[in-house]
Amino acid sequence: MVNAIIDGRPVSVPEKTSILDAARSVGIIIPTLCYLKDLNPVGACRVCVVEIEGQEKLSAACNTELCEGMVIHTASPKALTARKVNVQLILSQHNVACTSCVRSGNCQLQTVANEMNLIDDPFIKSPLPNKWDRSLPLQRDASKCVQCLRCINVCEKVQSLGVWQLNGTGLRTKIEVRDGKNFKDINCALCGQCITHCPVGALTARDDTNKVLSAIADPDKIVVVQVAPAVRAAFGDAVGIAPELATEGRMVSAIRRLGVNYVFDTNFSADLTIMEEGSELVERIKEGKSGPMFTSCCPGWVRFLKHEYPQYVGNLSTAKSPQQMFGAVVKSYYAQLLGVNSEKLFCVSVMPCSAKKYECDVAALNAGEAKDVDVVITTRELGRMLRSVDVSILPEEDFDQPLGISTGAGVIFGATGGVMEAALRSAYFLITGKNPDADAFSEVRGLKGWKEAVFTIGEIKLKVAIASGLANARALVEAIDRGEAQYDFVEVMACPGGCAGGGGQPISEGCELAGERGERLYTLDKRNALRFSHENPAVQALYRDFMGAPLSEKAHHLLHTNQNDWAL
Amino acid sequence: MRQEIIHPGIAESAAKELYGVLSHRSVVGPTNNCPVAQCVAFVRTCLSQSCGKCVPCRVGLKQLYSILDRILNGEGEESDLATIESVAQVMADSSDCAIGFEAGSALLKGLKAFRADFLSHIHEDRCTAKTEPIPCKAGCPAHVDIPGYIALAKEQRYADAVRVIRYDNPFPAACALVCEHPCEFACRRNMVDDPVNIRGIKRRAVDMAGLVLPPSNMPDTGKKIAVIGGGPSGLTCAYFLQLMGHKVTVFEQRKQLGGMMRYGIPRYRLPAKYLDSDINCILSTGVEAKMEVSVKGEEFEQLKKDFDAVYIAIGAHNANPLGIEGQDAIGVMSAVDILRDMGDNIRPDFTGKRVVIVGGGNVAMDCTRTAMRLGAADVKCVYRRRQVDMTALPEEVEGAIAETCEMVTMMTPVRVEKDEEGRVKALIVQPQIPGAYDRGRPKPVKAERPEERIECDVVIAAIGQKVASKPFEEKGIPTKWGNIQTDKGAFIEPGVYAGGDCASGPETVIRAVEAGKTAAANIDEYLGFRHVLPREVDIPAPAPAPMGPCGRVNQSARRALDCKNDFDIMEKNLTLQECTQECSRCLRCDHHGYGAFRGEERKPW
Repeated sequence: MVNAIIDGRPVSVPEKTSILDAARSVGIIIPTLCYLKDLNPVGACRVCVVEIEGQEKLSAACNTELCEGMVIHTASPKALTARKVNVQLILSQHNVACTSCVRSGNCQLQTVANEMNLIDDPFIKSPLPNKWDRSLPLQRDASKCVQCLRCINVCEKVQSLGVWQLNGTGLRTKIEVRDGKNFKDINCALCGQCITHCPVGALTARDDTNKVLSAIADPDKIVVVQVAPAVRAAFGDAVGIAPELATEGRMVSAIRRLGVNYVFDTNFSADLTIMEEGSELVERIKEGKSGPMFTSCCPGWVRFLKHEYPQYVGNLSTAKSPQQMFGAVVKSYYAQLLGVNSEKLFCVSVMPCSAKKYECDVAALNAGEAKDVDVVITTRELGRMLRSVDVSILPEEDFDQPLGISTGAGVIFGATGGVMEAALRSAYFLITGKNPDADAFSEVRGLKGWKEAVFTIGEIKLKVAIASGLANARALVEAIDRGEAQYDFVEVMACPGGCAGGGGQPISEGCELAGERGERLYTLDKRNALRFSHENPAVQALYRDFMGAPLSEKAHHLLHTNQNDWAL
Repeated sequence: MRQEIIHPGIAESAAKELYGVLSHRSVVGPTNNCPVAQCVAFVRTCLSQSCGKCVPCRVGLKQLYSILDRILNGEGEESDLATIESVAQVMADSSDCAIGFEAGSALLKGLKAFRADFLSHIHEDRCTAKTEPIPCKAGCPAHVDIPGYIALAKEQRYADAVRVIRYDNPFPAACALVCEHPCEFACRRNMVDDPVNIRGIKRRAVDMAGLVLPPSNMPDTGKKIAVIGGGPSGLTCAYFLQLMGHKVTVFEQRKQLGGMMRYGIPRYRLPAKYLDSDINCILSTGVEAKMEVSVKGEEFEQLKKDFDAVYIAIGAHNANPLGIEGQDAIGVMSAVDILRDMGDNIRPDFTGKRVVIVGGGNVAMDCTRTAMRLGAADVKCVYRRRQVDMTALPEEVEGAIAETCEMVTMMTPVRVEKDEEGRVKALIVQPQIPGAYDRGRPKPVKAERPEERIECDVVIAAIGQKVASKPFEEKGIPTKWGNIQTDKGAFIEPGVYAGGDCASGPETVIRAVEAGKTAAANIDEYLGFRHVLPREVDIPAPAPAPMGPCGRVNQSARRALDCKNDFDIMEKNLTLQECTQECSRCLRCDHHGYGAFRGEERKPW
């Protein structure tokens, strides 16, 4: 243990603890801006500087280890002045447009500046211009970038992609797309992890809320909304209410109040995905095909594989993602049920994801000429659309029928290992004709980046793996490639912790909430009377009345894609 | 008052100090070598020196600054380059004094050399320069983790320090004594006071570490590699390839391994036990050494057949002759021959002789000081340029002078005078004057003074070496001026690589290590692998703040007059007190500045 005095209080912490964490341990909060635990202890902003007795220069609390006997002042006049001037300098390079910024109210720079009571603004403002192509799903506004370097580190260390890079010198040092390339030509997975780790509004997902509002305002459109599993786990954060109040029922109620016609559940098409993908897996195993089958529901992962390991694209399941399956069902089956032309239907999906904004535009993932999903908004955008609504007092309401009916197997799609678990539950049924215990495969849960398990189902021994976070995915694919790992079925989610930690989820400075949010989904699974995708009555009706059987010709046309047929 | 005595005031001394700081900073150079930003800074500095009288300097510099700044902002146009060039040319041609014309000509040179980067700024608004977060590490050709081992030495974890050095350079002991330490030129500490004594710290680490075994080899790959030449480059390549799991055989022409470290560098600078400790570590990985095997054309062809890859590292061991009348006299020798004999402990007897060494490089100094130790009555070093132009390390020159050797500079040898028996009688030299600058130093020009006569018994030529590349050339290996030609990756043709002095011409140990390491990585890749050696040592965190301005401790040495008669090591080790202070002076650029961008600085190679 190391003993020291911080602001007059004795502190005792294990060796190698930073001054920042040591101070936190006794309730002293030192403001930070660029710092991100484990990922970015770079000390670039110099906001967290503190005074150490006997030392002339101030030290950054985030990346200086506490040493025995140190006497530290976190708010001495010298430290406060430095902190204040440094924040003012940052503000001089920042396009302060808080009133129209999506991060207003959830911006670390705003918080730090407000806490410091900065009322004068002595410097000439010279933020960089924003030259970004506004049509891209991922938006980067250079005028707001504070060069904290978090995006570079997250992309490099967590996602192993290195899309962002620092270039230039002095004041002209700026973050750019690697090697100065055009963003469209780079291997970005569009996962949005840089967005959720940006302290300010420099990195955002394209705002598509106006497209939704226009559709609602159009009397000729029937607006149908689908809500992804993980969205409900973060809904409270999105609308600023406690998680206990932020129930599924209030979420449905709030969305309905936006004026949409139907509120449905992507969990329904998650169940449908299991029917298709599970059947594909069982067929593959029976045919004795070699090599693993990879899940295909995460567009970030599909992009990653297509960019980085094109030789494995054939191993992706041909099943479309639940989002695209849902759109295809709405524009065919549901149009038929309503007795309207599919062109009248406008399908909005609410996703915890930034890559879904790109996925809905991929021609090969749409059944016909028209788009199956018209607009994708993120959980954050949903929250912004509901800013003026007090969601906590809304009544709880049910999803609309029939595409709002789902099972516990569908809802866990939003957590890492969830797709695997749901698929195993139904694969067990497909192989043995009986249901397993619903929790028989809970071994695949948890936040570990690369998990593996072996299950014996009937005669079949199934070796599975789950990865979340693309650096883990890379390690897994490399191991397969070197012949060091063999699996039958592999689930990959681009974001750490799966969609619960997705790039479209509400942002909470310095907190990784995927675990907590995932737990909420497992609770919903447990509470659901139906826990097997194949028991979803609405899915059964869909097959009976329209689709035929899993992997039928119609299902192939509407619910599958040939992964090798399309490039990025 | 008609006149006054001027005492510099606070402002004058502050200005002097500012320029002093600026010149210190210029020595280190920027972290990111953006050439355009450098030009802007240069123009600004020149502008601050302009007296403001003449148009080309006063206005020209200002206009250049505006254009360059525009380019730096990504708003430049290609036509700007022509404008800059013409203004700089006019400044060079028509300025009234050096403030203007020197600025103009320097800028013209820069513009020419940096054209590609200028265009990148103009067309793509980006800089082509690479950021180097850790100056010492970037300055070291082998990219040794210098802040890492300094941190370890500070905690007296000397064996770990040696492990960290060996990760990139298997010659920690040899380099602790003879490395020319380009790292120190780059050291950011130059901005504060003087560079950290990096080599001194390494010496203490090596001396105190005891026996440090190499890491274990990676699993056997079954691949066989032949290395021709057991010098620093060949042995480095062998060491790393063996660690990667390959089987390496080194073919060495002489009785002992070490190359120029043994047959070029005298023992008083590099005692055999230091060199042997490095070589023993390398051999303990299982590298096989076949001694006294001379690989020529036919043998080379055979090695290509018998091995999966061949690395040629034959060094540069052929002496350049004096090329003057009388060079066949008895008593005219080559530095290479003497130092080679010394390596095998064969000592020529110079007792009572007057010895003249011709040359100004490190080899010349090695011979000069060796001659003194061999009992010569009088040792002179004849050089055609000024002492400051000598390529030898200044401390070597000073050491020689302290040992009573004489530097006879600005003299070009013209002929050797013989006696009736054909023995050396004197060296006739022609005085020179320093003339116009050519490639950074004044060219010697014949002085209008008569020849001089230096009476002597021995003349040693230390005027460069050539590569014995003929036998390889005959087997299709490309050469230029005798140097073997490779690409940047030490590659010649599939399976054949070369590096070290035989490719670069005579260079330093650390550059040979760099070549060996590069070749090892590329041979591994050529053989279908991508072995990454793991980093095994955890580096201590730095102190919260670096030490303020503090003097640099240099190693002390035995007194010159004591050591001029023996071959024992001259340089003393740093004491614990000295070493700790030097370690504390390290600014830990691996942690502070861009180095804090963790993960980057200790990526495996």
